[in-house]
Amino acid sequence: MSYLTLSITLIFVIIPLVLSKTLNLGLERDTIVATVRSIIQLLIVGYLLQYVFAADNFIYIVLMILLMIAAATQNARRKGASIKGITWKLVVTFIFVEVLTQGILLGLQITPATPQYIIPISGMVIGNSMVLGILFLNRFTSEIETHQDETELVLSLGGTPKQAIHNQLIASIKASTIPTIESQKTIGLVQLPGMMSGQIIAGADPVQAVQFQLLILFLLLTTAVVTSIMLGFLSYPTLFNDRMQLLRFEKED
Amino acid sequence: METASTTAIQFNDVSFSAEGDQILRSISGDFPEGKITTLVGPSGAGKTTLIKLCNGLISPDSGEILIKGKPIHDYEPTELRRKVGLALQSATMTSGTVMDNLNMPRQLQGEELPEAEAKELLYHVGLQESFLHHRTKDLSGGQRQKVSIARTLVNRPKILLLDEITSSLDRVSQQDIETLIAKINHSYGTTIIWITHNLHQALNVGDFTWVMMAGEVVETGESSLLNAPKTERVQRFVKGEIE
Repeated sequence: MSYLTLSITLIFVIIPLVLSKTLNLGLERDTIVATVRSIIQLLIVGYLLQYVFAADNFIYIVLMILLMIAAATQNARRKGASIKGITWKLVVTFIFVEVLTQGILLGLQITPATPQYIIPISGMVIGNSMVLGILFLNRFTSEIETHQDETELVLSLGGTPKQAIHNQLIASIKASTIPTIESQKTIGLVQLPGMMSGQIIAGADPVQAVQFQLLILFLLLTTAVVTSIMLGFLSYPTLFNDRMQLLRFEKED
Repeated sequence: METASTTAIQFNDVSFSAEGDQILRSISGDFPEGKITTLVGPSGAGKTTLIKLCNGLISPDSGEILIKGKPIHDYEPTELRRKVGLALQSATMTSGTVMDNLNMPRQLQGEELPEAEAKELLYHVGLQESFLHHRTKDLSGGQRQKVSIARTLVNRPKILLLDEITSSLDRVSQQDIETLIAKINHSYGTTIIWITHNLHQALNVGDFTWVMMAGEVVETGESSLLNAPKTERVQRFVKGEIE
């Protein structure tokens, strides 16, 4: 695709802008910011990937992944600002999920150990882990705040912090992972996944594209469940002190 | 003539603050074992904070609390909370049935409450055994309170802390609960510390009373002190001039 053709696609940005202006939706500023950011960010990534692929150096791959983890942490930490030490809990979770998934993929030789595979898959894994982290933290902090009575009840009857927070933890893990599981049930029926569509457009065999997409879907399932569970079990102890008392908690929006 | 009681809970110069507000100031005094002591006083006096300190849900900033002569911090928290039971005005129920709620304290210890024992507890608090499988969302305020007390009794606490458990109940339910608490006290020698805003209740059921105001204990003694308070502040409170 030439840059001229690409610039014509801006028509798909002009349509929402015109509609927003006409109907007074107030989305113009956000739409323009999102468009400019996506152009700049993706172009930078494109050139960066070109360089990294050409260099074929392991250090660059690690640096790219660390950059992704840093950006994902920065994005997700705001949702869990009321949880002590949330930044490091997120970093540990993202690193664990990345090491686990790449470990399986490369260890079992499912995907080749080249930057062309490692970087895009890491992007999908960390990006998905970030969204899951945000969903989980949002739900978990709300659950803790609205169910303080229940938490105190369990503690007052001689329960441990883990028992006191159990229902809230399970509800939050379920709520954050359900969208991933549900979307897999209808995938292919309503929409074709982005990566698969990209491969087909680029001329790949559709069945090959489906196989690769299935791999990604299964990977994201693990990512979703592991992220929520890990964040939950890393976060709940910080809500209590060593006398098994619930520390005062207020959700920060 | 009654023999001198030993002390169930002793407060030595206990203070507590939260978010910069001084909730309790230098509280000292003791709750006699096997007796019913009521805590009365206007809203914001620090009564609920005081009983949460006894159950170990919170810890004092300074001072010392002794439970049966042993510093509260020497108890393992879960052991302390089973010994010192707490029933709150909110009577929070988990979803599910009455049996699920009664079973909860045992489940927390990895055990199951036998159904026969659950029925006995219901009988004890004045509810028919058919209530066992009722859903908690269908219970009335009085029934919830009774189930909440029964649930606290599953742990067979030596000390029972009650926070305004009759304040939202009708007169008949209030009398039922008063009779129940007196029965628990007499049958098992359980020490009761009972927060109430109802001075008649304090006079009827309490052996002793603490009058608290603005985080301080203003007067303590036998419940009859409420008939003839010594301090002007308590006189005004008893007359209903301070709420």
